[in-house]
Amino acid sequence: MDKKIPIKKKILNKNDELAADIRRLLNAKKIVALNLVSSPGSGKTSLLEKTLAAMNDKLNMALMAGDVQTENDARRLMQAGGRIVRPIVTGGACHLDANMVTKALDEMDLDGVEVLFIENVGNLVCPSSFDLGEDMKVVLISTTEGDDKPLKYPSMFRRSSAMIVNKTDLLEYSDFDIERVKKNAWSINVDLKILELSCRTGEGLEAWYAWLVDMVKRKKQRG
Amino acid sequence: MHELSIAREIIAIVQDEMNNLNLTKIEAVNIRLGALTGINADALSFGFEASVVDTNLDGAELIIEEVPIRGKCRSCGKDFEVAEFMFLCSHCSSTDLDVITGEELDIDHLVGS
Repeated sequence: MDKKIPIKKKILNKNDELAADIRRLLNAKKIVALNLVSSPGSGKTSLLEKTLAAMNDKLNMALMAGDVQTENDARRLMQAGGRIVRPIVTGGACHLDANMVTKALDEMDLDGVEVLFIENVGNLVCPSSFDLGEDMKVVLISTTEGDDKPLKYPSMFRRSSAMIVNKTDLLEYSDFDIERVKKNAWSINVDLKILELSCRTGEGLEAWYAWLVDMVKRKKQRG
Repeated sequence: MHELSIAREIIAIVQDEMNNLNLTKIEAVNIRLGALTGINADALSFGFEASVVDTNLDGAELIIEEVPIRGKCRSCGKDFEVAEFMFLCSHCSSTDLDVITGEELDIDHLVGS
């Protein structure tokens, strides 16, 4: 006879437990961990290249670069001066999960590291479901995309703590409305911190660097 | 298509339970899926159907209860459904709210023997 068997289990329990372990490890080492998410081509790798070039002597940074195929992004980050860079080739998977990050962390020397950047696979849907043990998700959007993206991908914008609008130098050539994207993003997530910048011209990057430095300072002061 | 990864996690959890509880046949797996998870129910069903073939769950049906997003307003204290992802109190228009449902991604129960 068939019977009803209550289970009451979280489907991503295994991922969430691994993510909790990662979070404990990074908190113990006082490392700020940022999970960078965006569509392909919004400028995650460019932002990290600029950040390495400007801040390598001020912040001790480690980076993971997730891609479906190729280690091109990781190579770019090493060329930009990244000392601790791990490629994660997902081999088809559309997102990073906590298991991949755990394995990558095992092979990284984290002593003295202050910031860990996890560059996720370019995708605004799937990475939103997988906690990687980060302090926060930072979502990038560029001015060559639609300013309604927050409305189209609400889950990702709801679960992110900050939004970076990149390629502000191209605003005059596109119909992207910066006030509208902010309004759309805040309608999904009223607490979202928003930064506007251009990796190409450098406009707005100082505020991003200052924010990173401030987060590192606050994490060190905690506990 | 992260729904396929999710489908495989569901199958792994059910197989664990089958071992623990000595179950041999699963008719249905009932899950709760919140609207905030960004997981598409049709794609998940498709991924599940494709993944159970030739496993001990072959023939099991995935029954998905979709859970809407509900918020509770911190200003007026009322709760309401968050329609169209507009996180705004439908009573007093405050944006200061707690999400009370919509994050569910749980197996609720199995039907089997």
